Amino acid sequence: MLILGIESASLTASAALLLDDTVIAEYTTNFKKTHSQTILPMVDEILRMTGKEMREVSAIAVSEGPGSFTGLRIGASLAKGLAFPDSLPIIPVPTPDAIAYGAFGQNSVLCPLMDARRSEVYSGLYSFEGENFIIHEPAVARPITDQVRAAEALAEKLGKPVMYLGDGLPVFADEIRKIASVPYLFAPAHLRCQHAGAVASLGARLYLSGRKESCYTFEPVYLRKSQAEQEREKKGLD
Amino acid sequence: MNQDILILGIESSCDETAAAVVKNGREVLSNIISSQIPLHTLYGGVVPEIASRKHVEKVIPVISEALSAAGVTLQDIDAVAVTYGPGLVGALLVGVSAAKGLAYAAHKPLVGVHHIEGHVAANYLEHPDLEPPFGCLVVSGGHTHLVEVLDYGKFSIIGRTRDDAAGEAFDKVARAIGLGYPGGPKIDRKAKEGNPDAIPFPRASVEGAFYDFSFSGLKSAVLNYLNHEKMQGNEVNEADIAASFQKAVVDVLSGKALALIREKKYTKFALAGGVASNSALREAMKEVCSREDVGFYCPSPVFCTDNAAMIACAGYYEYMNGVRSGLDLNAVPNLKLGER
Repeated sequence: MLILGIESASLTASAALLLDDTVIAEYTTNFKKTHSQTILPMVDEILRMTGKEMREVSAIAVSEGPGSFTGLRIGASLAKGLAFPDSLPIIPVPTPDAIAYGAFGQNSVLCPLMDARRSEVYSGLYSFEGENFIIHEPAVARPITDQVRAAEALAEKLGKPVMYLGDGLPVFADEIRKIASVPYLFAPAHLRCQHAGAVASLGARLYLSGRKESCYTFEPVYLRKSQAEQEREKKGLD
Repeated sequence: MNQDILILGIESSCDETAAAVVKNGREVLSNIISSQIPLHTLYGGVVPEIASRKHVEKVIPVISEALSAAGVTLQDIDAVAVTYGPGLVGALLVGVSAAKGLAYAAHKPLVGVHHIEGHVAANYLEHPDLEPPFGCLVVSGGHTHLVEVLDYGKFSIIGRTRDDAAGEAFDKVARAIGLGYPGGPKIDRKAKEGNPDAIPFPRASVEGAFYDFSFSGLKSAVLNYLNHEKMQGNEVNEADIAASFQKAVVDVLSGKALALIREKKYTKFALAGGVASNSALREAMKEVCSREDVGFYCPSPVFCTDNAAMIACAGYYEYMNGVRSGLDLNAVPNLKLGER
């Protein structure tokens, strides 16, 4: 089974090819260039490097969000376009789940962070019990202070430290240092950011458990409504 | 060799998700448009984030429907043409990304198309005899341009708006007199009940640039008039305002077009863009052209509104000229006409 993984939910742009149990190619950048210009050339590069073609791909695993609205749409639309000609299935992978899964086996409470602006984060809470990947709290958008508190409460309960990771970490590191009250660590550089290998790898697990959409049905998970809808709701118009 | 060329066009620059299949640049085999107007009406105008989300939802169903309505499969398509600017960046990115993925996976050439070039090309769809060169007035919610179409895909811009686009002025005035969104068709309808000479709104010109337009002064004049009447405690006649405002816009547009026709001695003149479906503008331009003995061209309303048949048409000529876009094609929200 050949799975193409695509990650464009936030600052990181990444594409990977998972052949059965091996990530045969991965291309990741954490660099300010629009995903619209980078992701498809990356997909093309890893396919050519490994001598594969799109038609050999069995399914496309996409980091579904939450994250930057524009980043999510670029990944989703590109995946839909890639999937359309051969009716490939699309496997939606929650972005924070994939970040945490990328740190497989860590003996910590994993708290992925992506900048959601206005001092808020897109996050979730995870841990590993042996080989079991446990989702304590799925994808969420909330203030960083609330998320640190939630992570620490879980850490105390499980008797583990908190590991913060994700491409939003540099934005919130100072704030975390200021308010932390239980042992914590920041993931090292190579574990910190999203990468499509983890999206494909977790995607393969989800696919085998029956999770799949098509290019007609797949939608990004924004978690938040548009500003205009939020304001309308505030005014009590809906 | 005389083989037919089929282009799949994709358009998502504003609030319509559209796809179409066009044969040899001129024959529309399918033209599918999913309009979001009801979604945005609540907000009195297009909300970019809502529009972008809707595009993600609709882009594949619309493409699929365009292929099946044309009775073709993706294999039959020779190239994919997609609007990459100008427009709302989040909206453009959906069409661009989907088109790139699809073209890549299906091994089809990709051609990025300028949205306004598409509007101009809409005229080719129903007029087999129309060929460049000709003069063209492009009027929409985002654009007001007087252009000379030198050749397929080659333009010389003679005049442009310095501030609001004509369509934007329609939307703003419609909102001010309580007609709501979208303003163009609503003002057009209301104006039919009113007196176009009731209120003397200004016809602005731009000093030192005869062919340029300015509509923000006209919009302000309407708002000032409304304010003034309200302060005086007078009832206003919305139909008269709509008719007088529309007349002011049409006078300016058709006046400049007439001057250009005379100066350049065009034998053909075309109207393009969403506002080209305004009945008063069509009438005025038809009259100007017939008086000057110039061939007048204007797309049917379905090809005036944002659609992908016009993108496929413009894309056909670009494709035949050898234009190909790369895998890194990006959305360019303020793409200038004639640029690549």
